[in-house]
Amino acid sequence: MTWAEFLPVIFMGLMGLSMFLYVVLDGFDLGVGMLLHRADDRQKDMMIASIGPFWDANETWLVLGVGILLIAFPKAHGVVMTALYLPIALMLIGLILRGVAFDFRVKAQDTHKPLWNRGFFIGSTVTSVAQGWMLGRFITGFAEGAVYDLFALAIAIALPCAYVLMGASWLVLKTDGELQRRAAQWGRTALIPVIIGMGLISLATPWVSSTVAERWFSLPQLIGLLPIPFATFACFVALWWTLSGTRALGTLCWLPFILTIGVFLMGGLGLAYSLYPYVVMDRITIWQAASSTAALNLILAGCAFTVPAILGYTFFAHRVFWGKATELRYG
Amino acid sequence: MDLDPVLLARIQFAANITFHILFPTITIALGWMLLFMRWRWLKTNQRPWLTAYRFWTKVFALTFALGVVSGITMSFQFGTNWPGFMEKVGNIAGPLLGFEVLTAFFLEATFLGVMLFGHGRVSERIHMLATFLVAFGTTMSAFWILVLNSWMQTPVGYEIIDGEFHVTSWLEIIFNPSFPWRFAHMLLASFLTMSFLVAGVSAWQVLRRKANPSSAVALRAALTLAALLIPVQIVVGDMHGLNTLQHQPQKIAAIEGVWETEKGAPLLLFAVPNEAERRNDFAIGIPKMASFILTHEWDGELKGLNEFENHPPVKPLFFGFRIMVAVGTLMLLVSWVGCWILRRHGWQPERAPRWLIASIAGMTFSGWVATVAGWYVTEIGRQPWIVQGLIKTADVASSTPAPYIALTLAGYLITYAALIACYIGVLRYMAEKPSDTYDPAPTGGAAVLGGAQLARKAGEA
Repeated sequence: MTWAEFLPVIFMGLMGLSMFLYVVLDGFDLGVGMLLHRADDRQKDMMIASIGPFWDANETWLVLGVGILLIAFPKAHGVVMTALYLPIALMLIGLILRGVAFDFRVKAQDTHKPLWNRGFFIGSTVTSVAQGWMLGRFITGFAEGAVYDLFALAIAIALPCAYVLMGASWLVLKTDGELQRRAAQWGRTALIPVIIGMGLISLATPWVSSTVAERWFSLPQLIGLLPIPFATFACFVALWWTLSGTRALGTLCWLPFILTIGVFLMGGLGLAYSLYPYVVMDRITIWQAASSTAALNLILAGCAFTVPAILGYTFFAHRVFWGKATELRYG
Repeated sequence: MDLDPVLLARIQFAANITFHILFPTITIALGWMLLFMRWRWLKTNQRPWLTAYRFWTKVFALTFALGVVSGITMSFQFGTNWPGFMEKVGNIAGPLLGFEVLTAFFLEATFLGVMLFGHGRVSERIHMLATFLVAFGTTMSAFWILVLNSWMQTPVGYEIIDGEFHVTSWLEIIFNPSFPWRFAHMLLASFLTMSFLVAGVSAWQVLRRKANPSSAVALRAALTLAALLIPVQIVVGDMHGLNTLQHQPQKIAAIEGVWETEKGAPLLLFAVPNEAERRNDFAIGIPKMASFILTHEWDGELKGLNEFENHPPVKPLFFGFRIMVAVGTLMLLVSWVGCWILRRHGWQPERAPRWLIASIAGMTFSGWVATVAGWYVTEIGRQPWIVQGLIKTADVASSTPAPYIALTLAGYLITYAALIACYIGVLRYMAEKPSDTYDPAPTGGAAVLGGAQLARKAGEA
């Protein structure tokens, strides 16, 4: 493989990395948003405080992911964006609503606060459902037909549940007392649909896509792939165990969050393996869609400096707000 | 009724860009204003500066959130509305947008958290650095976006192979002929918009008798800044115009309403351009003035619209430009008269004449009007091209059916209108709240730090 052929692979990896980071990072604050209506007023404030310093930067990973699709694979970008026109518009309105509701809820009159809380909840839910739908459409290469719509619908329900699990395990990590106890319970409730959803989707994916079926069920690849379902299963069992009773409420409070990341990581790896080397399933490969080598070289040089820096100061920001969340105060 | 999908896509993109630009226009400059207020507080230990800093930080957070969410929308609309654009110029626009996200977007978004909520958790120096990085990030963001925008107006440094654009010189692309003027013009517009917002809100507080000690200092700083910058903006705007005359003469012809090439063209103060009959109705003008302003000669020649095969629609440019100039003139008048009178009253707005304070409050959102009008002039002035002279907007539009675009456009418009109303409503509510609600009691983290500093300073003295 020459450098020119290898470059698109690197960018596929970078795009995968930013999408993975987006799903994990914005996943927890979308999940917290979807759990908001279950809490009382004081707990609502604490839940928002736990994501306050981060949500802005979290959403930026989505911009980078779509940005890489746009700048590294411009010929696929148009196809994807046109095919997903309506769900994208829906997601954007959802994102707008939750982003502003987050800020308005503390600045508007107190009587309007419940309204903005509801806006935050609705925005988070709409965004997650739209993203699930898009993922479902994307996996099948935007194939038309009732079966494919049903498949997308299943993911549109499963992904929000997974975000709720992520949000709940974030709250277990960042809060304590009554809220933490309730969060563990929410996590356990969300776990069941996530397990069922992921199982169903794993069964359905090879069924709706012959390319995936071929890739998964031929030897020797099958043996190499087995660790993915096993690791996922192990994460689920461990999650079930830690979220029961009071196990996650003490020093193990970080465990559910890490395990949920594990589940997402395994899902992401499986997805990456199924898709490669397509940007649009069965239609456009990464080499067909890539920008010129000169442009990719330049962006890569830029990424080599900036991505580590971004990861570095993202870590710094999390370090500053390490430990349990406290009441937010502007300074 | 048949809906034209290209026109709908343009309206949708214009609606989003109009909504988006309102907020960065404030935050780009407000970031630096916050840094200034914070620095004044550290330097002078005068409590009003801290109060002002806290209040405007809240406004910054709110404005920033609106800018972020509408910016995310825009990054998607490049693809949903103009898929052909990236296919053709992806090699040039891609890296520019990429660098915007990589160098600026992340920087501001990450350090915003530290700046807003980190006071007391990090050292004073790190917090000051975070404030600086947020201001720097927003400015860098504007830099990259304006590079791309200017390149679309005055494309250089490329070659076309099989209909696809390839880069020949990044230096030429970044410092393309219209970039320096456009960047300077936009940054100044941002500072003026912010100045009038800060001055206007402070004046509003005085007017409603809700003023606190920070109102006077914020009003003084903002109004002085506006008075200093508006003449600079007029000069830079004029040079930007000369630059446009050189590179996009059809835009200037539309702005001035010149149909036939003429020597000694008049400066039209008012007219209704009539595109069907290619002439102006009800024209009132100053003889030879347009030629003088643009060519610096009384009998200079201005090329008319009839000489161009493709030229932009005339009415929006003609009126847009006049709105921008009128608001700019008002800004000059209010800031200079305001500074003059307020200075004579010892910068105590309560003692200044009420009509003056009301005029300043009335100018709160004048920057928005001028910026949007100017932005329309420059962007509509590029039509029918998306990249001047090379790619037509209609050729890169998406194949999305018109009803889809109409449906989502309606969704966006309702959302945007509601949010602008909420933004202004909340701003007013925050302005009228007593200052101790955003200036916490001495138990707060930052106040303790401030207190410690006071104690130390007292010890030193």
